[in-house]
Amino acid sequence: MNRLTREQLADRVARDIPEGAYVNLGIGLPTLVANHLPRDREIFLQSENGLLGMGPAPAPGHEDPDLINAGKQPVTLLTGGAYFHHGDSFAMMRGGHLDICVLGAFQVAANGDLANWHTGASDAIPAVGGAMDLAIGAKRVWVMMDHLTRSGESKIVAHCSYPLTGIACVTRIYTDLAVIDVTPHGLQAIETVPGLGFAELERLTGIPLINAIAPVTE
Amino acid sequence: MIDKTVVSPTAAVADVFDGATVMIGGFGTAGMPGELIDALIERGASDLTIVNNNAGNGETGLAALLKARRVKKIICSFPRQTDSHVFDALYRAGEIELELVPQGNLAARIQAGGAGFGAFFTPTGYGTLLAEGKETRNIGGRNYILEYPIRADFALIKADRGDRWGNLVYRKTARNFGPIMATAAQCTIAQVRDVVPLGSLDPEAIVTPGIFVRRVVPIRVAQRSAA
Repeated sequence: MNRLTREQLADRVARDIPEGAYVNLGIGLPTLVANHLPRDREIFLQSENGLLGMGPAPAPGHEDPDLINAGKQPVTLLTGGAYFHHGDSFAMMRGGHLDICVLGAFQVAANGDLANWHTGASDAIPAVGGAMDLAIGAKRVWVMMDHLTRSGESKIVAHCSYPLTGIACVTRIYTDLAVIDVTPHGLQAIETVPGLGFAELERLTGIPLINAIAPVTE
Repeated sequence: MIDKTVVSPTAAVADVFDGATVMIGGFGTAGMPGELIDALIERGASDLTIVNNNAGNGETGLAALLKARRVKKIICSFPRQTDSHVFDALYRAGEIELELVPQGNLAARIQAGGAGFGAFFTPTGYGTLLAEGKETRNIGGRNYILEYPIRADFALIKADRGDRWGNLVYRKTARNFGPIMATAAQCTIAQVRDVVPLGSLDPEAIVTPGIFVRRVVPIRVAQRSAA
């Protein structure tokens, strides 16, 4: 079975982001999506720390400590970009102005519940940042994650065992094995990696899926 | 003549008292008013409640204030970072109280404090651990939790340029929490790269009008790099 690499997964997500979309990429894995956005589309990247029209990392030696992304890495501003304060930034999220946010996750439940901020371990120091605002605010919430944990358990579950970030908020899941839509009827697999059939995907996932995988046409 | 310029950071924070609630601007180190924090450490006020997005990076700025054990409680959204070891150790030892707030609720609570609201309903956090014990309401088919404003005795922020009336403009993403914290404190103290003559900031581009600012402290870049 082929698994997508992190870069291939980022490329897969990037393909689905349309021209003109206002998009927030969460810290960690989703940040990679920025490097794969199709060059022929104008897409607006928003960063929670007050930036719209975020550009790529600067050339070495041109970093500016006052120009960073949510992960506190140096970035650039595209021509036409804008700066704003935190109140406006989170109005963009909470107010439903972002078309898409892409988030990492520990677990996603069949109803779209998201767990991505806290393992719940008693010795863990919790940190939430903007995750809960993004989860409930963006029009479409896409999760990007490995399908299985390192020990082989599905991260797509009937009910999240980790503390929730948001309730029934995820609309689509991109993993290294499949693309799955969260629908009112249940989780609907729409794509798998080459060599992985629906039955095997469902077995690995461990909960019922709906088969909506388009036949290969090539 | 009104002149809000205070030349020394030490003089600017001289009235910060024990037990004060102090908002500190910045997202990580971008926009963090390092020289004002250093002056606050020197001032020695303790039992502080600090409002910031994070809980300090490395050993400087807010982390140094924590390390000096001046902070009783921190209200923030993202304390745990790769370089937050000062906070991590205090938290694990039970020596600092943490109020964890989703970042947008933190911003909205500060804005509510500055704008005079009594409370507000927000959808963020509904149904999560961070909403436990909070009032909820369904409005128009959507669930919300009730959140209360945060106000402070002092706000320490960093802007790019200011004038003697306290008008401020910021630089790039160092703006972050500065403009909203400025509205929510009894006494807002802004460190700036430069104090410019009245009238040289474009009135159409002033981000924080002077009514929200009590003191403006010029920090020359040479001073900044030496610190």
